[in-house]
Amino acid sequence: MGGGGSFADSHSRGFLWTSRVSPDRKVSCCRRLPLGPPICLPADQLSDRAALPQADEEDVVLCAIRTCSRLFGALLERGELFVGQLPGEEISLPDNYSAEDKYKIWMRHRYNSCVNCLVELMGHESFQVKELSLATLMKFVELEGKYPLVKAEWKGSFSFPRELLKLVVENLIPCEEDSSLLISRFQEYLEYDDIRYFVMKAVAENIGQVMQKTKEVPLPVYQQNVFSLISSISMPSKENEVVNFMVKQANQEEWKVSKLKEHKRAFERMWLGFLKHKLPTGLYKKVLVILHDSILPHLNEPTLMIDFLTVAYDIGGAISLLALNGLFVLIHQHNLEYPDFYKKLYSLLDPSIYHVKYRARFFHLADLFLSSSHLPAYLVAAFIKRLSRLALTAPPQALLMVIPFICNLFRRHPACKVLVHRPGGPEALSEDPYIMDEEEPSESRALESSLWELQTLQSHYHPDVAQAAAVVNQSLSELEDDISELLELSAYELFDRELKKKATSMPLEFEQVRGLFGKKDDLFAEHFALE
Amino acid sequence: MGKPTKQRRKGQVAARAKGPSGAGTALVKNNPFEVKVNKQKFNILGRRTKHDVGLPGVSRSKAVKKRTQTLLKEYKEREKSSVFKDKRFGEYNTKISPEEKMMKRFALERQQNHEKKSIYNLNEDDELTHYGQSLADIEKLNDVIDSDSDTEERGILSAELTAAHFGGGGGLLRRKALTGEQDEEEEKPKSRKELIEELIAKSKQEKRERQTQRENALELTEKLDTDWKEIQTLLSHKTPKSERKDKEEEKPKPDEYDMIVRELGFEMKAQPSDRMKTEEELAKEEQERLQKLEADRLRRMHGKDEQENKKKPKHMSADDLADGFILDKDDRRLLSYKGGKLNVGNEEEEGGNEEEEGESEEESEGEPGGEDEEEAIVEEDDATDSPSDLESDMGSEEEVTANEEQEEKHKGNEKKLQSEEEQNTKIEAARSELPYTFTVPESYEKLKSLLFGRIIEEQLVILERIQKCNHPSLAVGNKAKLEKLFGFLLEYVGELATVEPPELRRIDKLVRPLYSLCQMFPEAASNSVKFVLQDAAHDMEEMIEVKGRATFPGLDMLIYLKITAILFPTSDFWHPVVTPALVYMSQLLTKCQVMTLQDVVKGLFVCCLFLEYVSLSQRFIPELINFLVGILHLSIPQKRPQGYILVHPFRPAGKNSDLLLVCDKKDMETWKKQNLPLSIVTRLKESSKTEMNHFRLSCLAVCLDLIKKCAALYESLSSFHEIMQPIRVLLTEHIRVSEYPKQLQEMHQNALKELEDKGKQYIPLVCEKKKPVPLKLYMPKIVKVLEFGRKQGGSKEEQERKRLIHKHKREFKGAVREIRKDNQFLARMQLSEIMERDSDRKRKVKNLFNSLATQEGEWKAMKRKKFKN
Repeated sequence: MGGGGSFADSHSRGFLWTSRVSPDRKVSCCRRLPLGPPICLPADQLSDRAALPQADEEDVVLCAIRTCSRLFGALLERGELFVGQLPGEEISLPDNYSAEDKYKIWMRHRYNSCVNCLVELMGHESFQVKELSLATLMKFVELEGKYPLVKAEWKGSFSFPRELLKLVVENLIPCEEDSSLLISRFQEYLEYDDIRYFVMKAVAENIGQVMQKTKEVPLPVYQQNVFSLISSISMPSKENEVVNFMVKQANQEEWKVSKLKEHKRAFERMWLGFLKHKLPTGLYKKVLVILHDSILPHLNEPTLMIDFLTVAYDIGGAISLLALNGLFVLIHQHNLEYPDFYKKLYSLLDPSIYHVKYRARFFHLADLFLSSSHLPAYLVAAFIKRLSRLALTAPPQALLMVIPFICNLFRRHPACKVLVHRPGGPEALSEDPYIMDEEEPSESRALESSLWELQTLQSHYHPDVAQAAAVVNQSLSELEDDISELLELSAYELFDRELKKKATSMPLEFEQVRGLFGKKDDLFAEHFALE
Repeated sequence: MGKPTKQRRKGQVAARAKGPSGAGTALVKNNPFEVKVNKQKFNILGRRTKHDVGLPGVSRSKAVKKRTQTLLKEYKEREKSSVFKDKRFGEYNTKISPEEKMMKRFALERQQNHEKKSIYNLNEDDELTHYGQSLADIEKLNDVIDSDSDTEERGILSAELTAAHFGGGGGLLRRKALTGEQDEEEEKPKSRKELIEELIAKSKQEKRERQTQRENALELTEKLDTDWKEIQTLLSHKTPKSERKDKEEEKPKPDEYDMIVRELGFEMKAQPSDRMKTEEELAKEEQERLQKLEADRLRRMHGKDEQENKKKPKHMSADDLADGFILDKDDRRLLSYKGGKLNVGNEEEEGGNEEEEGESEEESEGEPGGEDEEEAIVEEDDATDSPSDLESDMGSEEEVTANEEQEEKHKGNEKKLQSEEEQNTKIEAARSELPYTFTVPESYEKLKSLLFGRIIEEQLVILERIQKCNHPSLAVGNKAKLEKLFGFLLEYVGELATVEPPELRRIDKLVRPLYSLCQMFPEAASNSVKFVLQDAAHDMEEMIEVKGRATFPGLDMLIYLKITAILFPTSDFWHPVVTPALVYMSQLLTKCQVMTLQDVVKGLFVCCLFLEYVSLSQRFIPELINFLVGILHLSIPQKRPQGYILVHPFRPAGKNSDLLLVCDKKDMETWKKQNLPLSIVTRLKESSKTEMNHFRLSCLAVCLDLIKKCAALYESLSSFHEIMQPIRVLLTEHIRVSEYPKQLQEMHQNALKELEDKGKQYIPLVCEKKKPVPLKLYMPKIVKVLEFGRKQGGSKEEQERKRLIHKHKREFKGAVREIRKDNQFLARMQLSEIMERDSDRKRKVKNLFNSLATQEGEWKAMKRKKFKN
């Protein structure tokens, strides 16, 4: 009984053997081996055979798991496991139990220890073992749902192996190691509506427990795991989409798992529970990126997110830019009144907006926010002026986007056109009236200024930028430019576009060459040596 | 000649045939009531009128007649099932020609006659016929001369013919007297048939003779032509085009005389107008040329032609016909002034260049040197080439020598290099040692092996000779080969820059052949440079995708960028090579992390490149300012940016944020401004701390100087102060100037002065006044009328289509009209039939009534009689 051979033996004769040997005999048998005959084997071997090569051991474990899966799968199907409140293993059973019952009780104990073993194995270092134990556990979940191990309390009650699933979820999101691979494997089970529902509940519960235990000490790995699990949950969007159940119930319609509202509630509680705690910056950004299109629409009450979003919006920098998207959804669809929203937006404008990754997203939203024609002219003028002032440090791909953006603002708010056209104004000013450092747009005196920045950009080195900036010299056309294509323009695309332009002629330098640094008053000759 | 007579005859025949009816029409025509005149509103010159006069009565009666012959017949036989069948032999067989048909029928008839009647018909004598006519009739000479019968003769009336036709027997008699030989045969009077046969044979023979004569004449002229050609080749070397091919095939060996003649032809003829130019004139011309080029450069810098190009298609003049015709090229010259002088046209730039080169060539023609031998070689290769090729070839050679001259001048200026004589002797040595001809290397490896182990002077000579021996005008494939050479050379330069240590001096020299190759093949050169750029940009993009950040490229890329600036004009508004290079440099400054001192040097190099690229056009580069701010930030100790904001590659604090910070006092004092050697880019020598600190200070010095240059460059920009604001803050508030060495302090002062000196003036912006948009007016389309009465316009097919459509319409209308008339005719016929039948019946009824009445009368009379009785 100590090696792989004997294990295979038991594997092949499993059923014969269990039915032939009396339960008492088996009990003694299992007492000899602390965890019961076939199931304890892998666990035992894990401790005993540390000296064996890894692969060998892994194979053994895998075989054991497979056997367990088949054995208990068959037992569950045949109803040979004890149903109802399980008496303790150590307690001697009263006599009124028949031998059959005793066998069942014993078998149920074995099953429980097998489940425990499998749950432990989910923390195994080999991914194959993890994966297989996860799959086995989920198979048990399915079978337990079909052949419940709990006595029905009343007729027509719904049974679902909640406890088992909770165990699985707990081990799916460990505190120490990154389990994103396993989670991605788990995703296929989240297709089932009932599994998804109970997973959401389990996660919410788990977060509460773990966080309480750690007393708000940040657990980045745990949070990361939780995030990868819950961000992969895709909610159904319509009531009639909730039809895919792993465990079929008799009167499906009345079960609350089949209600979309319940799903939404569970989803909401899970997310709120998750977001209640402080998140690391990277995770913060990730949450904000998916917030507007995969979280907000599935909440019963999206307004509950207001707190989270306003806090995020006040943090500043990239996080603020990202929070803007969620805020926009709330303002637009849920009547959120945000005080000083534009002032805040205005203060978000700093040179980095032209350099960050989320540029396209930000300008897309800014375009939306500034599209209202009811905005006061001073505000729009302040935005225009600030954007163009910052454009003095922007790379060409951003400039190609922001200049049409500014032109669009002029078209929407003709009152701002004084910025580019001020006939009969003062002859010359000694100072730009616009105050860059002023936080309040109304105090920035933008309307008294002119867009000298765009005039400067007319001599930008990139021909397209120079041409775009030259537009302000003429009166603008009526139609707005479409900037949606320009938003995503990358530097490499810009380069590629330039390279692919067809040239009709190829002008050449006419000054005779004298050497690498041989030009007339060459800058390089002053600073570098050819050594 | 023949036609009019024929027509006349036809006319006569027709008139005779028509006879009485013709008289009738004349009568009708004279009757004004029969004539319908179609009135013409306008008299149009050159229009032919066909239907001005019509005879409705006549044409109607004609139509009716025709219908009675055809339609009425059909109508009357409409219910008859029996059909008339022509049982004559082969009547319905279309395969047999009418003549044959006749022949067979005749044969059949004869057969029948022969079998049946010959026994009883004693009086039978076969009638002789000719073409189905009885010869007896012909004998009577009353046949009508068929107008078509003389087609064979083409209207030429030969003596014999006329004699036979008109002369009767007299002609025959006369001929008998002429030819004695035939006398015996012709003694007996010939039958009519024989005579005619003879006549036909004669005429045929005559025709044959005429033909042979013509052929002979043709042959003779051909022979004459060929003879002439032979002579002609001797007289002039220009053979007519059509003959050239033949000649090439033949390839006659040129004999000595021919050679001499041709050489004389090729020899440069002194043109009377081109006298030798004086020094001043040459200088002036050179100056003018440069001015021209400069004006051209300025124009490109402002991007004018590009904008014009863009505008052109949009612009719609009042005279525009909207017919898609656009004047592609404005052939007016651009009017521009330079230094008070009028600058003339840019279009002739190319031509001008060539002229210039030609002149410089003349100037240096007398120069003795190694080229003479090469020229000889070239000329040997080239004996059959046309003079123009030779000229351009020499031109390019001279171009190279001109380059050399300049290069030599340049060398003289450089003190570091060896003296001129030494250089010259070296070159001379190289020249004499190396072989004179080289083939163009086909691959990069071959080029490398060719240049391997040579000193730089030798390499230059080799490259120069490769260019000369394989000038595109010498052979067909040379152009492609030399174009490739540019790419290989560029690659070679890149490799020289990457080896350890970089062979920068060699690159410095190799720039010259690159330049000359680029001048020869701008397209190919630009393509290879673009390719290099694309590669580099692609690599960087990949690195960003994989690692999330980019690093500065190697020295080779920096050198490539520098070479780009040398080969192409960097001031153009848009340039196919320079603009992508600028975008690439912008990416370098914004995307590449500055992690080491080398990165700082590379970054500064790119900054210098940027400044050089825009030194003439004075364009604004935000990335440059950002980078300089970042560099300054690297050199200050306290790391909280105040008053300025750092952008992407730089971070306010972090691992590499004090890369340029120097704390050692001693090193500060010992520092002296020196040029940064480029070799540290590839490898920072394991140098002491002091040296490292010196490098840092040098970098700072470069940075300060660049700031000064930027300030000078951008002072005219309207937001100059806003642009320079962060730099100013850094220079005044954050940098601890007092700790730096004297020289650096001075530079700092200079830079700051340059920044602060500028006056502030902000003039409010005013839009340009919009020009009123003229209404679109179209001029009438004027088409030259080539032929009256024919529809104009459209292609041939279109015209044909229109014609067919018109014809179809006309035919259709005609058919409808005919059918309508047919129906009317039939209706009329039916009506008349019915009327006839009715009247017949009435008549019969009347008869019956009559007879009955008489009967009745008689009966009554009888009755009366009886009654009386």
